[in-house]
Amino acid sequence: MFKIVRREEMAEGTVILNEIEAPLIAKKAKPGQFIILKANEEGERIPLTMAETNPEKGTVTIIYMVVGKSTALFRDMKVGDVFQDVIGPLGKATHIEKVGKVICVGGGTGVAVLHPITRALKEIGNDVTCIIGARNKSLLILEEQMKAASNDLRICTDDGSYGHHGFVTEVMKEVLQQGDVKLVVGIGPVPMMKAVSNITKEFNVPTMVSLNPIMVDGTGMCGGCRVSVGGETKFACVDGPEFDGHLVDYDELIMRLRAYQEEEKKCHSDYCTIRDAK
Amino acid sequence: MAEKAVNKEKKGRIPMPEQDPKVRARNFLEVPTGYTPKMAQEEASRCLQCKKPACVQGCPVGVDIPGFIDLLSQGDLTGAIRNLWSKNALPAVCGRVCPQESQCEGQCILGKKGEAVAIGNLERFCADYERENGTGELPPKAAPTGKKVAVVGSGPSGLTVAGDLIVKGHDVTIFEAFHKPGGVLVYGIPEFRLPKAIVAQEVNFLERLGVKVVCNAVVGKTVSLDELFEEGFDAIYIGVGAGLPRFMNIPGENLVGILSANEYLTRANLMKAYKYPEVDTPIPLGKNVTVLGAGNVAMDAARTAMRLGAESVKIVYRRSREEMPARGAEIHHAEEEGIELFLLTNPTKYIGNDNGRLIGMECLKMELGEPDASGRRRPVAIKGSEFEIETDLCIVAVGSGANPLLTAETPKIQLNKWGNIHADEKNGKTTMKGVWAGGDIVTGAATVILAMGAGRQAADSMHEYLTLGW
Ligand SMILES: Cc1cc2nc3c(=O)[nH]c(=O)nc-3n(C[C@H](O)[C@H](O)[C@H](O)COP(=O)(O)OP(=O)(O)OC[C@H]3O[C@@H](n4cnc5c(N)ncnc54)[C@H](O)[C@@H]3O)c2cc1C
Ligand SMILES: Cc1cc2nc3c(=O)[nH]c(=O)nc-3n(C[C@H](O)[C@H](O)[C@H](O)COP(=O)(O)OP(=O)(O)OC[C@H]3O[C@@H](n4cnc5c(N)ncnc54)[C@H](O)[C@@H]3O)c2cc1C
Ligand code: SF4
Ligand code: SF4
Ligand code: FES
Repeated sequence: MFKIVRREEMAEGTVILNEIEAPLIAKKAKPGQFIILKANEEGERIPLTMAETNPEKGTVTIIYMVVGKSTALFRDMKVGDVFQDVIGPLGKATHIEKVGKVICVGGGTGVAVLHPITRALKEIGNDVTCIIGARNKSLLILEEQMKAASNDLRICTDDGSYGHHGFVTEVMKEVLQQGDVKLVVGIGPVPMMKAVSNITKEFNVPTMVSLNPIMVDGTGMCGGCRVSVGGETKFACVDGPEFDGHLVDYDELIMRLRAYQEEEKKCHSDYCTIRDAK
Repeated sequence: MAEKAVNKEKKGRIPMPEQDPKVRARNFLEVPTGYTPKMAQEEASRCLQCKKPACVQGCPVGVDIPGFIDLLSQGDLTGAIRNLWSKNALPAVCGRVCPQESQCEGQCILGKKGEAVAIGNLERFCADYERENGTGELPPKAAPTGKKVAVVGSGPSGLTVAGDLIVKGHDVTIFEAFHKPGGVLVYGIPEFRLPKAIVAQEVNFLERLGVKVVCNAVVGKTVSLDELFEEGFDAIYIGVGAGLPRFMNIPGENLVGILSANEYLTRANLMKAYKYPEVDTPIPLGKNVTVLGAGNVAMDAARTAMRLGAESVKIVYRRSREEMPARGAEIHHAEEEGIELFLLTNPTKYIGNDNGRLIGMECLKMELGEPDASGRRRPVAIKGSEFEIETDLCIVAVGSGANPLLTAETPKIQLNKWGNIHADEKNGKTTMKGVWAGGDIVTGAATVILAMGAGRQAADSMHEYLTLGW
């Protein structure tokens, strides 16, 4: 089964790492691909990107932000507990190519998604500058790993508690101004990816983003994950999740992500009430 | 004989009892509640036991209809179910969902002047009776052949192949992408039309026979066909269905509140979202729901929306009632439950509010013109007939195509121009050695019984290959 073999709280109670036994998936997965997890019989199917895979050990690692009922349920699972269902690897793998100077920008748990991509880009011979940010120091994840995966690591916090005081986009702009950047990879909250893309457009630098619309099956059969890219409708689970950042309709994505806001709030608060009562 | 026939014709068809429309429109329990043994006997006695039964011609798998009905009238229910099984592995399903009026019952001689024998209802009765009272005894299995078969997809066609080949002594494994087996029978067709316990029991029956069911295996992603061969499988059957949702391609389609029928029904059925928040998957609740299309899928979506508490549900269809492709019984049930039909109406654009949520739909009135390629009269827009429908949830059920996920990874399999797998009509062989295909992935969206028929044909051919060669 899909047993949790390692669990870490990367930021207390809000950012969690789980390493899970899934030998078939571990063998096949490539950077940029995701899995869908379902905790139990009543559970929802939740897509999460693989931050790490270990084909020898037969495990995959996910890092997630606790935002609602299902991620809260995942957080409360312990080492030895099992996920009822894990499906993958899904989505297209990142296209890794040697282009020269690359900037990888990550925000929040987007850093977890960015990590294997950054490492692969560096391994193939790119000069990778990595810029990661979080709201504050305690929410910053994978600093050591990102340092190892890139040639130059810059850190930002919104509140200035660590590194540059301000947004990742400010630091990115400075690096872009030095010239010669061939590719930007931006992964994080949608408004961040939108801001990154707006800036790189000015500099005319190709930009790749990883989108996270609401999904059900992850195999192209429901169309719930549709996003507008360059005026065309794409299914993020099979056509993506990575797309040309300059063509994505971010405002539509933000609206679609709010589709179940009311229901989710209720479900999450019910879960917390029940759990706290126990 | 002739006199007997006249006598019998006079007896009307025994209707199957149903939940009251007002009550059932708000619950998810099955609508028809089933015959009692007495009703079944009485209905069975209406059959004329024709020497050349026209009904059998109408059944795509050639069920021995007078045969099983005769056994039923004699009270030999075990004989009746065995007879059914010999042609049809899933009678409890087919009795409920086959479009009988255009198949077996459509050909029944009694239907020419009066009412056809209720073949579907009788089939359902036999299967339900066996499920509830039978011994559950397994059919005999041939000695192991040592050959391994992989079945990709656990819809009706995959289940049929697995059942046929396991009793012939082969070692069968089903690979299913979803976390539950059954295909459309679990994710598409709602509980109130096909209780999921029935599908689960059919799958369990196969498992007891020795079929291994591996869920969460997206073939093409988790494992490829080549890898399956490398792992030692000798033959593969592809029955992955037609799961790619089609949309209208009109402005505003990505507004919040517009879902494909696949998504809506998957949330409701597979994820059991109608029990939300007891389960974690939500489903949008519309007040004024519109459903685009008029096939079985559209009826299922509309009736589900009604059961989830909608104030109004409208089916919007660009042709007229006559062209509606859904089963007669479903249209009838839908109307009884208060679903309105907006016929000869074609949506031209969706209207959203500032938050990107659907609030309405602009439509054009249509009239029927000359027949088109399908032989049906083509709907033509009436100029200047634009009008708006208020709607906060729109479910798009205008058909589905072949999902390219598996075939894109398997270039050796030849496709037709719509992306369906090209398979030999007689035996289901594809252009890749050792690989068969059948069901919706070959024919495009069709019916349960056709998918099962294709499965049976392919299973015969696979058995021949496994014993004699390609
Ligand atoms: C391909 C893909 C890869 C992803 N990888 C990661 C990852 O590596 N780490 C990580 O922390 N998160 C990732 N996400 C987002 C993650 O799936 C959601 O955070 C999760 O589904 C929320 O579920 P919930 O029940 O806890 O919250 P809910 O109660 O469902 O929602 C809480 C909030 O999250 C938003 N939300 C709901 N569903 C999604 C969704 N599918 N995607 C994004 N936001 C959503 C809602 O709008 C709401 O504001 C990924 C999403 C996709 C599609
Ligand atoms: C809502 C709805 C109502 C319907 N009502 C009726 C009706 O009343 N009467 C009737 O006769 N027909 C009806 N149909 C049509 C009928 O259900 C289909 O024709 C039939 O199910 C096709 O069977 P199949 O075995 O070819 O495929 P499916 O039933 O579609 O099963 C295919 C299976 O393959 C799986 N799969 C797909 N890709 C992969 C992959 N790469 N790897 C592993 N598994 C994969 C899918 O998850 C699915 O479980 C209806 C269809 C729908 C959607
Ligand atoms: S399988 Fe379907 S078509 Fe054939 S006899 Fe049964 S109900 Fe009729
Ligand atoms: S055609 Fe009708 S009456 Fe004749 S055998 Fe078939 S079901 Fe019976
Ligand atoms: S998640 Fe269903 S099509 Fe992408």
